[in-house]
Amino acid sequence: MKMGFGPYVLAAWLFFIGLYGIVTSRNLFHLILCISILQSSSYVLLLGIGYRTGAVAPVFSDIPVNTPAVDPIVQALVLTDIVIEVTVLALLLTLAVQIHKRHGTLDPDKLSAIRG
Amino acid sequence: MIILQGLILALIGVAGTAVVLTRKPLAQIIVMSFYGLLLGLMFFAFQAPDVAFSQIVVGAVAMPLLFLLALTKVRRNE
Amino acid sequence: MSLRTRTRLFLAAGMGLLAFFIYGLLGLPPVGQQISGYATKLNSLTVPARHITDTVTAVNFDFRGFDTMGEEYILFTSVMGVLLLFRTQRDEVEEAPRNHAPGRQAPPSSDAVRVCALSLMAPTLLFGIYTVTHGQINPGGGFQGGVILATVLLFVFLAGDYEIFRKMDAHRAVELAESAGAAGFVLVGLAAIILNKPFLENVLPLAPAGTVLSGGTVPLISLSVGIEVGAGILLLSTAFLEEALVLKSKKGG
Repeated sequence: MKMGFGPYVLAAWLFFIGLYGIVTSRNLFHLILCISILQSSSYVLLLGIGYRTGAVAPVFSDIPVNTPAVDPIVQALVLTDIVIEVTVLALLLTLAVQIHKRHGTLDPDKLSAIRG
Repeated sequence: MIILQGLILALIGVAGTAVVLTRKPLAQIIVMSFYGLLLGLMFFAFQAPDVAFSQIVVGAVAMPLLFLLALTKVRRNE
Repeated sequence: MSLRTRTRLFLAAGMGLLAFFIYGLLGLPPVGQQISGYATKLNSLTVPARHITDTVTAVNFDFRGFDTMGEEYILFTSVMGVLLLFRTQRDEVEEAPRNHAPGRQAPPSSDAVRVCALSLMAPTLLFGIYTVTHGQINPGGGFQGGVILATVLLFVFLAGDYEIFRKMDAHRAVELAESAGAAGFVLVGLAAIILNKPFLENVLPLAPAGTVLSGGTVPLISLSVGIEVGAGILLLSTAFLEEALVLKSKKGG
């Protein structure tokens, strides 16, 4: 039994559910965590593309060099992205905290009605 | 191995939906940490130890800490 | 428009998006059949050409080093943005923390938590340094090790001593370390230009594969990235902690 299209369907579903959370969110913190779900869908997709059935991790310290291994390029992309995502989320959190200080509410619907 | 991968993919789908459908921020952070752990396991099952390392370190340390501190600040102001 | 209208509109459009997305993704080859030609070439090329046994670190810091430099500066900029946004506003005054409820006895943090947290500081520091410096041999590298290094000082906060944590955290030194880490990457690249080679070319002699110094410039770049990521995340945590735990009231009451 092969993997088939499991990771692809999961990535599409996570993307959709993250978007749904952003559109129907009533709290800025909930919205920020849904953005994080959206990003993790791209990780699942990338790792799904780079996988080869029956292959090992691309670390050759104890196996011969010609063993079939999975794709290291997509792993490098996802690796740096995970660490950088948390700092960008911290920036978004800072903005949310400052908004709450100024306007007293965290509800996106109420925020759009405030002027000045 | 195939069974493990399929099972983890299904669990990730369920956990992702649970994160979005939890509306209270404090409960959502806890579900998010669980989701991060499942993602780390998935990266292991797909033969990516570097990525799993990164995900577990970030999802268990940096993300819950920053979110909980921001939540404390907001609760304090109210 | 109201929330309900928005939800219905999104669900209608979202179903179409989901259907087209899955239809598009089904055009890719099924998972597990093949990987790109570049990947196979890289897997067979890393150990002979660069003596690095962890291919992912080699891709990150050697074959694709220029992109990693750009990503590191995203991190730098985000930390700078957080620090800028959390500066004391014009109409705020920072107060010394005072006791708002003098009659209540707050329970002290339990001894088990203090002992565990404080005794885990040294092993975590060792593990963080090991991860940063051994990125070329085993899974690890600058990014992961940097986040581990940032947590060493946070154990003091976890043991319940925020005031001591504040005194221990030398803000200037951490900022300087972050800038030094960010500059280190560029300096390693410029060293290649001085030697008449392209930017970020691997110019140091390669040690045998499996030793700490294998890979030429990769250990240096990994070290500077580790310092930068660790200092950056420590700065973020300090800014958030100060914002959440130190009382700031508006001027004039």
